[in-house]
This record gives sequence, C-alpha cells and structure tokens, in this order.
Amino acid sequence: MTDTANEIDPYAALQDKEPAKPPRNQWLDVWDQFKKHKGAVFGGGFLVFITLAVLLGPYLWTVDAQKLDIRNKNVRPIWIAVWDGGAKTLWHRPFGTDNLGRDLLAQMIAGGRASMAVGWTAMLLSLSIGTGVGVAAGYFKRLDGLLMRLTDLFLSLPILPLLLVAVTLFRQPLRANFGPEGGMFILIVVVVGLTSWMQTARIVRGEILALKEREFILAARSIGTTSGAIIRRHLLPNVISPIMVSATLGLAVAIITESALSFLGVGFPSDFPTWGKMLADAVPRMEEYPERVLLPGIAISLTVLGVNYLGDGLRDALDPRIRGR
Amino acid sequence: MLTFTIRRLITSIPTLLFISIVIFGLLQLAPGDPMAQVPLTVPPEVKQKMREALGLGAPVHIQYLKWLNQFFIVEPQFLIDWMTRDSFLFGWLPDTQFSMVYDSELEKLVPQQRNISWQTRSPIMDIVIQRIPQTLWVVGLAYIVGILIALPIGIYSAYRHYSVFDQAGTFITMVGFSIPPFFTGPLLIVIFSVTLGWLPSIYDTTHVVNDWASFKYQLSQMILPVMVLALQTTAQISRYMRASMLDNLSQDYVRTARAKGLKEGVVVMVHVLRNSMIPVITVIALGVPSIFGGAIITENVFGVNGIGQLLITALFANDIPMVMTITFIFAIMIVVFNLVADVLYGVLDPRIRYD
Repeated sequence: MTDTANEIDPYAALQDKEPAKPPRNQWLDVWDQFKKHKGAVFGGGFLVFITLAVLLGPYLWTVDAQKLDIRNKNVRPIWIAVWDGGAKTLWHRPFGTDNLGRDLLAQMIAGGRASMAVGWTAMLLSLSIGTGVGVAAGYFKRLDGLLMRLTDLFLSLPILPLLLVAVTLFRQPLRANFGPEGGMFILIVVVVGLTSWMQTARIVRGEILALKEREFILAARSIGTTSGAIIRRHLLPNVISPIMVSATLGLAVAIITESALSFLGVGFPSDFPTWGKMLADAVPRMEEYPERVLLPGIAISLTVLGVNYLGDGLRDALDPRIRGR
Repeated sequence: MLTFTIRRLITSIPTLLFISIVIFGLLQLAPGDPMAQVPLTVPPEVKQKMREALGLGAPVHIQYLKWLNQFFIVEPQFLIDWMTRDSFLFGWLPDTQFSMVYDSELEKLVPQQRNISWQTRSPIMDIVIQRIPQTLWVVGLAYIVGILIALPIGIYSAYRHYSVFDQAGTFITMVGFSIPPFFTGPLLIVIFSVTLGWLPSIYDTTHVVNDWASFKYQLSQMILPVMVLALQTTAQISRYMRASMLDNLSQDYVRTARAKGLKEGVVVMVHVLRNSMIPVITVIALGVPSIFGGAIITENVFGVNGIGQLLITALFANDIPMVMTITFIFAIMIVVFNLVADVLYGVLDPRIRYD
C-alpha cells in the first residue's frame, strides 16, 4: 500500500520554480561587477565628466583662452574672496586670470582639450601597435621569436630620456611642416605611442597563445576560415578585456608623459595651453598665486587617479573568476 | 646558476649594441649642427677643419665605431688609471698608464683622445662622474626610504585585508601612484618652504658638511626631494608587497604553520614574508633604473645638479655627445638591473631552475 498523497514526484526537484530567464548578456554581468567597485565608478564618472567638460566647455564658456586683458591681470579665483575680502576677484573671471590677463577657466578647458586629445590619440596608437605586435607574435609562430626579442629590446630602452631627446631634436622640422601646434601634437603622440606599446603586446601575445589551442579555433580552421578572419572574428573579441585594461593604463601614462614634457619645456609652444604647461608656467610665481599651480595639477592628478581606478575596476569586472563574488 | 648568469651577460651585449644604435641613429637623424653657433666671419675652410676636428667629416659607421671605442675601451682605461693613481682604495697599487699612448712627434706619452662635450669642451665622463654623487645621494636615499616605508604598509594591509588601514593604504598608494612628481614637488615647496618655512626649496650642491649644523642643513635640504621620489616608490612597492602577501597568506603552508602552534608573528614575519619577498625583491631591482629616469623631473624641480639635470641642459645646448653618453648610461643601468632581477629571482626561489 502506498500513500499517493505523500508520494514524492521524482521529477519535481528537477523542475524550475520560476520560469526560465533568457540568458543574461555578458556585458550586463560585467556592468554589475563594475558597479560594486566604488572607486572605479567614481573614476569612470570623473573621466566622462572631464571629457565632456573639455569637449563642451568651449561652447558653454565662450571666453577666448588666448585673449589678453592686461587691465584685469592677476585676478584671484572667486573663492579667495570668502576668506580674503581685499583680494582682487571678478565674477566674470571665476578661476581668475594669469599674469597677462588670460582667463584661467578658459585656459583650463583649452589645456584639458590638448592633454586629453594627446592622451587618447597616443593611447589608441600604442594600443593598436601593441595589439598588432601581440597578435602577430602569438598567432604566427615564425614571427614570435623576432617580435618578442624586439619587444624586450624596446622594454630596455630608457624611455623618458629618449622621449626628451626625440622631442627636442625633431621639434623644428615637424613644426615647419605641420605648423607649431600640429607638428608638436604629431610628434608627442607618435613618440609616446612608439614607446609604450610593449606591455600590451606581451599581454595580448600571452592570451592569444592560450586561445589559439582551443577547440573553437580548430573548428573555425577546419571549416576553412582564413587566418585573417580567425583573428578578426574569433581571437580579437576574446582578448578585448586585457586590451581594455591596458588601454586605461596607457591613457594615464600618455597624459602624465605629455604633462612631464610640457613641464620640462619641450612640449607645446608657449601660447598653446596644456595642463602641464600651465603648471610649469605658474611654478615661478606659486608663492603669490598658488591656485595657478593647484588647478592644473589637481586636474592632471584627478584624471590620472580616475583612469587608474577605472582600470582597477575594469580588471576586476572583466575577470570571470572574480565576477559574482 | 653561474652558467645562466654568464649566458645572460652574453645575451645582454647585443641588447646594449641595439640600444646604442637606436640612440646613435636618433641623434644622427636629428637636425641641428654643432657648428651653427660659429660666427659667419669664420672662413669656410677653417669651418671645414673644425668639422673634421669634431669628427663630423667621417662616415656614419666610423663615427659610431669611434664612439663605441671611446665608451668601452678608452674610458675604462682612464678609470683604471685614475683608480691606481688617486683613489683611496687602490692608490697603493703601482701607477698604470693604460690611457697614455706614445706620440711619435712629441716623443713622449700623451693621454688618448677622449669623448669631448661640445658644450664645455671637457671630457664627458669627468663631468658625469662629478654629477653622479648628487644623484646617488638624493635618488638612492629616496629609494631606500621608499622601500622602508612601503614594506610595512604592504605587509600590514595584506594581513588586515579589507580593514580600514587596508582601505586607507590602498587609497593613498593609488593617489601616490597617480600624482606626478612635477606636481608634488611644487606642492611640497609651497607647503613646507613657503608657508611653513621649515625646509629650503632649492638643493644647494655646493654645501659642505663639516660640522653638526651643516649636517643638519644637508639633511633638511634633502627632505623634500627625497619625499617626492619616495612617494612614488612607496606607492609602487607597497602595492606589490600587498598583492604578494595576499597570495601567500591563503596558501596551505600557512595553515600548517598555524596548526602546529607557531606564534602568529613567526607565521607572518618568517614564513609568509620570506616567500612574498621573492617577487618584491625583483620588482625593487627592476625599479632602480626607472627611478633614475624619473629623477630627471625631480632634479629639475629642486635644482639638484645631478645626472638628470645634466641631460636636460645638454639637450637644450644641442650637446649631442653628452646626450648620447648619458642616455646610454641609463640604458646600461636598465639592462644591468634586469639581469640582477633575473639572477636574484633564481637565487631566492629554489623552485626556479633556469638550466
């Protein structure tokens, strides 16, 4: 005699209690993990804010950064008036002016534009060189030894001295050909890009070497996919996460390098503001006007800090072993 | 291990040659004429003679080989001669005369031609050797201070993972990692020498230490540059230290050590620390050359007339032999410390077998 009421349905345990959900997008998981890292969210937010500010800033704050207003020179920022009523402040010059009466807010925006443009372009250049070298070395066995030797050699070059040498020596001809600002932009971007691709190349090569042996690549090859298509369709999408992480590092390095070059006086021409240049110009008079050092310095530091935090968060979010913890 | 070291030493020769070719080629491609400053009234044939005297008339490969010869053969000979003649350590040895050659016209021994700076018209190595002590004092001390601060921070934040100390430490190292030295330098000057007036803002290299007061002044002028450089070192090394400690703290041997009743201090400071120091020591060795490169900016900010400042002034003065030599010295340091890191790794970690 069996009690049918108490009989356990053997299949009930295997049935889902709720209707099956559609599979979640991988990038939604990444986003969920990314949101948990507070520093990364702040960093990413600050990077977006700075990028928007330098892109849209000139339309909102229409003062010309180059316009000399010698009567209103050395105006202090507006917040100085809070504790020092006698300071020379003007409401239409919220960040104050420099020793030639140029508006500092407009200069900050213009300088940020230059710094971010150099940073993004140099990062993209170094990323494409690094990915190219890494993929070629990882995928084609014949090129591996040669390319990795080359990477090691580049890694043992003294980067900052070489950058200084290259920028000082090639300044004149490039300026003559592309104009003072264009020439300098090309020079700095190329020089920074050419000297910072090595880490990306190493990481990408390592990933490609491991991926190449997997079954889906074998499957792709067995149906006659060409090498180019395998790289484009199957390998590159799988190495996107280390590339993104090294992109953030590259952006930070590029911004700092450009500022350092400007600081040492080998960067952009003197009437073209960048953050590093503004900082360098303000150093001799920083006792009287500390804000002129602080504003660009804080802008550089916060941007780099934000980018570094973003990289940290991305590394955690893109690593499936950490995700979900 | 010895065979590995020798093999690495031999393979580093082509690396150094490649680097020297890159630097030489870069300087060759560059526009800029050392004769540009010569007045126009100097007749062209005299100019031609000056050009040949500077070695500019020769083909490129001859110039390169001559430079190599002077850097690797002539200069060490001068160094050996100097050591046996004047130095404290080897002065008792008989005086060597490697650097002298017999001149048949004058019929006596004369010093060999050395690599000359276009800027000061004196041998480059002499100037470099004059500048190195300043750099070594400031940069070397900063590196040691940075390491001494970084290691305890790294150890403690890993041991108290996710504690307030760990969070604060991680944040501060991230900040130290992100703020460039050309901002921290002026910032510290504003705070400590302008506002508070405690420390001098410029490093006085002519200062002579001969009594207690001058020693105190020397210390006080070194604090700011050392702080700036040490912040960078601390940030980098404490991150590595923390990561490496975290890796090791979750290992099985730690549980075993605790289970057999060892004191917590012994477990952490002896068992875990020794294992986690292995990667950190290689990072420390690898960081030495980069800190010299980074010191270019700090030396510039504080007016330390070390080797980095020498490079900058030589660059602006278009003094190509000097730039070439200093850049190559930096390259040699990178290659040598890469080698040191590899060898140390093998020595410290018995699991690593290179052969």
